Parts: sequence; structure tokens; C-alpha cells
Amino acid sequence: MKIKRRDFLKGLAGSAVLAMAPPAMAASSEKNRLPDALGILYDSTLCVGCQVCMVACKRANNMPIEFSGAQRQWDNPVDLSSKTLNIIKEYENGTPKTKDREIDGYAFIKRHCMHCVDPACVSACPATALTKNTKTGIVTYNKDACIGCRYCQVACPFDIPKFEWDNPFPKIVKCQLCNHLLAKGQIPACCGSCPTGASLFGPVKDLLIEAERRQNMTPGKYYEFAESDISSPKKQVHKANKYIPNIYGKNDGGGTQVLMLAGVPFNKLGLPMLPDRSYTAIAENIQHTLYKGMILPIVAFGGLIFLVKRTEKKKKE
Amino acid sequence: MKTEQPLEGKILTPTFLICGLIFLISLIFMAKRFLYGLGAVTNLSDGYPWGLWIAFDVVIGTALGCGGYAMALLVYVFNKGEYHPLVRPALMTSLFGYTLAGVAVVLDVGRYWQLYNIFLPWYMNLNSVLLEVALCVGAYVAVLWIEFSPTFLTKFGADNAKAFINKIMFVFIALGILLPTMHQSSLGTVMVVAGSKLSPLWWTRLLPVLFLISCIFLGYAIVVFESSITGSRYPIHDETDLLGKVSGVMAWLIAIYLVIRLADVVIRGHLNLAFRGDLLGNMFLLENILLLVPMAVLFVPANRKNARVMFLCAVSIVLATVLFRFNTYIIGFDPGNGWHYFPSVGEIFISLGIVSMEIMAFLWFIKRLPIYRRL
Amino acid sequence: MKDQNLTGPIKEKLKNVSRRDFMKFCGVMAVGMGLPLGAGTQIAEAITNPKRRPPVIWLHGQECTGCTESLLWPSHPSIEHLILDLISLDYHETLNVGAGHQAEAALEKSVKENAGKFILVVEGSVPVKDGGIYCMIGGRPITDIVKETAAKAAAVIAIGSCATWGGWQSSAPNPTGATGIPEFLKGTTVVSIPGCPPNGYNFLSTVLYFLTFKKLPALDELGRPKFAYGRLIHENCERRPHFDAGRFAEQFGDEGHRQGYCLYKLGCKGPVTHANCPSILFNDVGSGSWPVGTGHPCFGCVEEGIGFTIPQFTEADVEIVTPAAVHAPIQTKRGAGISAGSAALVGGIAGVAIGAGAVVAKRLGDKNKGE
Repeated sequence: MKIKRRDFLKGLAGSAVLAMAPPAMAASSEKNRLPDALGILYDSTLCVGCQVCMVACKRANNMPIEFSGAQRQWDNPVDLSSKTLNIIKEYENGTPKTKDREIDGYAFIKRHCMHCVDPACVSACPATALTKNTKTGIVTYNKDACIGCRYCQVACPFDIPKFEWDNPFPKIVKCQLCNHLLAKGQIPACCGSCPTGASLFGPVKDLLIEAERRQNMTPGKYYEFAESDISSPKKQVHKANKYIPNIYGKNDGGGTQVLMLAGVPFNKLGLPMLPDRSYTAIAENIQHTLYKGMILPIVAFGGLIFLVKRTEKKKKE
Repeated sequence: MKTEQPLEGKILTPTFLICGLIFLISLIFMAKRFLYGLGAVTNLSDGYPWGLWIAFDVVIGTALGCGGYAMALLVYVFNKGEYHPLVRPALMTSLFGYTLAGVAVVLDVGRYWQLYNIFLPWYMNLNSVLLEVALCVGAYVAVLWIEFSPTFLTKFGADNAKAFINKIMFVFIALGILLPTMHQSSLGTVMVVAGSKLSPLWWTRLLPVLFLISCIFLGYAIVVFESSITGSRYPIHDETDLLGKVSGVMAWLIAIYLVIRLADVVIRGHLNLAFRGDLLGNMFLLENILLLVPMAVLFVPANRKNARVMFLCAVSIVLATVLFRFNTYIIGFDPGNGWHYFPSVGEIFISLGIVSMEIMAFLWFIKRLPIYRRL
Repeated sequence: MKDQNLTGPIKEKLKNVSRRDFMKFCGVMAVGMGLPLGAGTQIAEAITNPKRRPPVIWLHGQECTGCTESLLWPSHPSIEHLILDLISLDYHETLNVGAGHQAEAALEKSVKENAGKFILVVEGSVPVKDGGIYCMIGGRPITDIVKETAAKAAAVIAIGSCATWGGWQSSAPNPTGATGIPEFLKGTTVVSIPGCPPNGYNFLSTVLYFLTFKKLPALDELGRPKFAYGRLIHENCERRPHFDAGRFAEQFGDEGHRQGYCLYKLGCKGPVTHANCPSILFNDVGSGSWPVGTGHPCFGCVEEGIGFTIPQFTEADVEIVTPAAVHAPIQTKRGAGISAGSAALVGGIAGVAIGAGAVVAKRLGDKNKGE
């Protein structure tokens, strides 16, 4: 078979220009933390697994009851779902006797939307149904824009957005940091109801400072901990636990506004281990490299018009 | 000079009727989906929100429709006019593949009554890869129908309209090459954001490159596949020579693809995963062996004159490329947390129904419209 | 000090009861109604210095007199103290000294003299079918008697489930048309003290509240005092931790029953019944003196639509969302995998595809040979 080498190389070069995405090109779209971002600091060592935060969340957001088995006396979901925006899960190992111990121990973890600094769901959604508030950084959902494509579910590294599979007119469902309560001057229901201060609401910059303070505590010594809201004057006195030397969400996946502290490694608690550079940034980088200002496509289109016309002229000859 | 002509013959053949029956059954499942929601018909879940319909009907379906694109590249970019007879059948296949992918999208999205939102400027998210795919595919469907319209217009004798369209056809041919380049590569970029949930055997920044090259040689494979089948049943002009040339181009492209694919996995340090003997490792090996073998076979000139060998190689390449996409979207995707997925009977039946529709349309088109050159 | 001028009257009335004990009793009554401690003083005043003992007229409809008898056991106040010292019980068919025309004359007199000032207590339901012939007092239907009397009362209290919503006689098919007083006297505010019988203290506290503050205590939308009927039994039950932890008695006398586990599975209607039984118990004999405490599931005697309506051993619906004591694990295996149907379908498709492919390949092979 004979392809003229010149034609082949020409075509290949054209294709390569259209398709290659060298990472070195184009500025990366790294996002920074918003200065007035609001979030939650969840301290697994303070959490006692009472699940009042789950009840308060259901009530505050009018969520239906979810049964995980035939027993229909309790709301007992096994995971987040279209009926459950917030869940406490329990880690157990061996004979779980001691709290916050990795071997032969148990610990609690609270899972809900992390309100990421660079949310994958916001970038992924083709219809701008998920948006990040430019001041508070809270990621909210608008069902009037949503087409139900579920790309947000594919994109989220924490598997947070849930879908109403049993509804012929379904929505995506996820925690929105009780945006509707914040508008009334109240705080998220989970933090408002937490009896031990495990869920603490406040500006993320203050929560980060508090998280560092806890990381520097001497295990076994008594310290003051704020309750519900980091600016609350009400303080509880607890013995400090031994923390894993890492504030989850500080940099993970580009950073999140929901920060976590724990006494057990985070991957054991079911949290994904993510690189500091979010996959969102990588994907957007590729897109911007190729399509920023639609320059490459327009140039290619021009080139193609030329080639097509030339072929047609040749055909006539 | 041989021209394209309808192949004529009975429409209501056994194949056509069986496909019709399957399609009617699938309508029942479709009704169930709209009445009771996606959960009532599919095995899709919060762990696997995308399943058979997205992976097969949309991603693979449009890739299988890359015949038109691949042939246009040869004819118009590489200036190989002699491939022209293969263009129309390829275009027709593209038409079906893309239009029915659109049908699958309407079935799959949850809030289908608002699907037009992505075409409204105030709702468009220009950062979204999926938006670009959707807009490109939408535009491309329109382009395909326009490119194909002369065939219809010939049948209905609308010569003035046909002449006009042929005059401005060059715009649409150019678009018909630009748009698939954009969205077929972006279908790879779609999975880049899911990096933490996609196996390293498939996740790479080069996903758009791999998807693009594979869709081009898949397009050629489909052309060979389809022409072989049609040629074995209907009295069409023997295109074995042309198919031989196409197979040669295909072999080179596969070679380039395999080099990039394997080098990428090796450089990222994950080749060991391929030999673990688990499902993912075996799928990786399978998808690449199904490419390596036909590539080697087609490099031998004698084989490119043998219609049966070319058909079998095309089948292998189609399977390989289909598997690559299934692996990237479903099999290699693991959200963790104990989820697993296999399509339900309802999901499979609806996909079957869509394919049956395609076959029925294909049969009608080749028999009533001038697509293939007759003997 | 304000309570100094009570010493005299207290000494006169209560003879052997010390002022301190009396004030303590008033304080306990106040707390029992959820009032601040200071209200105890007000109660003491109302009791010791009544301008005149407030008149009470007590009518009986379709009833068993159980509600009256339930007033026999409270000790603070005891029944004799209530009717001799605190109120003027002008008409009560069980306790009337006279009978027949004398009793009816006493009723008429009291109603005329005390119009707008007396408390009307109704025990039992009123039958509205067939002109009310199913309950006649002195030749007149009780429906007429209640209507006339209520029109002149300062306050109407319906005591017991029968008076509140019809009681057991109102269960289907309800041949007499037994109706509760609030529904019968639509438009009038009726305080309802449901129960079968109600805890005597619920009635007494309500009456004392009215005497002290000259107004009714906070009522819910069914007219029941919130201090007694504001919460579900389920919310205050001492066996609730067993419910939350999933420990149930499955049969009377089994291990769980003997351990005092939750009686939900035996049909306890605590989750759907509003009452204060687990908090104040019965008969002043100490903890466990209420049905669940003795090991028998509550049957919801207080609640319309539950008591005498839902079968005893039918499980109640749990209304209020609460967490279980069991936690979700970090990972749960989920998702539908391959089924027999889908496997068969895929297998079938694969078979057809391979078969068709083989046919095409053969045909192409023959074509090759043919050339």
C-alpha cells in the first residue's frame, strides 16, 4: 500500500496538534481557598457516635426516613443516599475495645459533602447545576438547571452526590451546609446539635488554626474545646487524644472546607487518599490547553476548509 | 463508472422482523423507565451511576460511528480520492451511531425534560468536558444529516436542493472532521477527573490521545466489518482492494497507538498491575492483545487481499476498542466502598432495542437509498 | 413574707398538717404541672383562701365510672379533701346524697345560681344516634342535658377517653353513635383529659391550675393539657434504651421479657400514644407502676384511633426519626451484580454474534476461493 510519505506526515502532524495535551503548556487552573470560606471541623476523637447530628440533619432538611433492613423502627442507613445527607460510620478492628485505636479498637467518622476548594462536581456539571458560592465557598445544587446526567457522581472523589433512583423525576441530593439555616443566622444542624463539640462550625481559616492547635496538644492533658460554633463562648473541657499528625482536607484533593481530625489513619476510616493537585485541575488543564478561546479549533477548521476545497478541485479535474 | 444504487429487495426479511420484535419488547422496558424511574429498570447505583447505556450506547456507539470521520480523514485530509466509494456506507453508519446515541442519552439522563438546558447560554458550564462533548455531538449529528442529505434528495428527485447543498458541502465536510476530533478525544478527557476512582492501567493524562487514535482505527475497522458483511449477503461491487488499503492504514495507526499506550503505562510505573492475574490485569492484556494480533497479521501484504482474514481482523479490532472503552468507563472504575455493577436485563434489553432499531434502519437504507455500488 | 398570712387558715383547715408539709405539697403540685416553684405559693393561696368553694357539676354519659374511681387513689389531694374542702361538687350521680327528682332539682338550682361560674366535668361519651335514646337521665337524653349545661359553664372538662373521643363504644360499628364531648360541643373550648382511666393527677392538676390562675393550662390542638399529653410515651419510657439497642421481648415470659426488654414487638403503642404514664406512674407506689413497667405493652388507651381501634399485638408505627444504637460500617457491599437473566441474555447475544460472524467469515472464505 502506498501512502505518499509527505501526505502521511502532514496528516499525522495535524492530528497530533489537535490531540496532544502536553502538561507543560497553559497555566494550571489551581484554585485557592476563599478568605471568608465557611466549613466544619470534625474531630473523630471527640465523637461518641450518638448520631444526633444525623437526626438533626434529617429534621432540618426534611429528609425521609431510611431503613437499611426489614426492621422499620429506626432510621439506620448504611451510607449516604438520596434520603441521607449526613452519616456517622464506625470503624472496628479485632475486638473493638478501645476508642480511637487502630488495632483492636473502634472509631467514628462523619461523612457528608466536603465543600471542596476545587470541586470536581462544579467543574464537571455541564449545566451549572452545582455551584460554589464565591464568598462562603459552599457548594449548592439547583434542580432547575440539572439534566440528571450524573457526571458529578462520577467526578466526586468522595462519592458524595447521590441520585434519586426510585423517582421518575429525580434530583441529585447532597449536604449543602444548611445554607437555608445560615441565611437565618443559624448554624448547620449537625454542629448545632452535637453534644461533644465533635462537629464544629466556623470560618475555615479559624478552623485550620484550631486544628493545628489540637495537633500540638499533649495527649492526656486537659484542654478547652469549643462547642457547636468556634466563636461560641461555651467551652467544654476534654482530655486531648493522640491525633494522626495530619489535618485531612487541608491539602487533600486541592483542599476541602470540611476538615477532619482523627486518632485512626484516615484511609481506614474510608476517606480516599488524594494527591494535593486535584484531578479537577488536571482535567480543566487539558480542556483549557486545547480549547481556550477556541483558537486551536478555529485554526484547524480553517486548515480543513483549505484541504477539503483542494480535494474537491482535484476531483473535478 | 460505477455509481451507488439502492440494493432493492424485500424489507420484511426474517432479520428485520426479529429486530422489530426485540425493539417492541424494549419499548416496554423504556416505558417502565419513564414511569418508575431509572432504579426500576437498571442496576445503576450511586457507586456506578454510569453503566451500559453510557459506556456502550453513547461512548462506544459514537465510536462505532467513527467510520464517516475516519474515511473523511483519508479522502479529504490525506487526499486519497480512491476511497470515495466507502464514504457513503461509512457516513450512514455514523448517522445511525450518533443519532441513536442521542436517543440513549435521553433515556439515560434523569431530568430529560430539561435536557435542552445545556444548549442555553446561561446554564452552560464552559469548564465542563461533558458540555463540550454534548455540544459537539449535537452539532455533529446535524452535520451528518446534512452530509447525508444528497442521498435522500436523489431518491426524491429534488435536484435543485441537492445542487445547492453540494455547493456548500465543503463547510460541513470540514466540520465533519473537526467535530469528531474534538468530542471523541474529549470522551477520553471525561474520565480524567475521576482519577482517584479509575485504575492506573487506564487513567492517564493521555486519555484524549488514546481515545482519538483508537476511534480512528475503529472507524476503519467498522468500514471493513460492515462492507464484509454486506458484501457476503448482497450483490454489491467487490471492495476487497479498497478494504485492503484501509486495513493497511489501520495497522499503522494501531502500531502508533500501542506504542503510546504501553509507553505511558510503563513510564507511570504501573505495568506490574497488568500481570497480577486479576480481572483488571487480564482485561488490560486482552484489550491490547486483541489489537496486537490483527496488527501483525495485517502488516503481511497477502493478508490484505484475503477478505475473510480482513473481516476477522476487523472483528478483533472492534472488540478490542469496545473493550478499551468498557474498561475505562466501567470495569476499571472502582468507587470503593463495596460497590459492584453488572447491567440488568432491562438495561440490556433497551440497548438491544436501540441496536435492533439501527439494524432495521440500516437494512431499509441500503435497500431503498443509493449507498453501495451494485455489481 | 407573703405566705405568713396563710399560717392561720392552714392551721384552721388542715389541723395536723404542718405549714411546711403543706407548702411542700403545693410545690410538688406546681412542679408536677411544669410550673415554676413560686407557683406553689399561688396554689396554696387558692386552696386555703377560696372566696367560696368553686362549684363543679359532673355529668355522666356512656361511661363505666372508672374515671371517677380513678380519683380515689391520689393522695394529694385525696378525694375527700377535694370534694369537701376544695370544690363544691353540686351534682355527681355516683356521689349524690339524694336521688331521683331531688337530685335533678339540685342540678337545676346549681346551674341557675352559678351560671357562668361553675366547672362542668363530663365523664363518658354521648350517643347521638336515634335522638339520643341510648342514654337517658331522668327521662331526658344526656345529649340535651350536656348541651344545656355546657352553655352555662365557665369551663368544660371532658374526663376520660370516652368523653374525649368516644372510647371503646365508639369503635366500629358504633351502633349508638357514641361521640366525644369536644366533637359534640363543636365551637366550645373543651379541655380533654383522655385515658382509660386517665391518671388521676392529670385531672386534678388541671382543676387546681384553673382554680389558681383562673385560666386553663396550655392545651394542644386536641384540647389536651400539654404538661400531660405533650410527649409520646416512647419519648420518656424507661425501656427506651432497649428499643434503641434492638433488645425486644418477643413473647410473654421469654428471656427478653424477663430481662425487662422493650415491648415494641408485643404491640406496645408507646410510639404513637401521647401521655405521661412513664413519668408520673400510677397509685404512688413507686417505680414500674405502669403497664409497660409491669411487663405489659401499652395499648394506647389515651389516643383516638389507637386505643380500642388498633389490635393489641399489632406493631405501632414509629413516628419520630431517631438513630439506632447500631452504626453503619465503613464499607458495605452493595450493587446489583450479574443475575441469571442478564447472564443468559449476554450469553445469548454472544452466541448469536459468534454464529453470525462465523457465517460471514465462511461466506467470505468461499468468495475468496471463488476468485
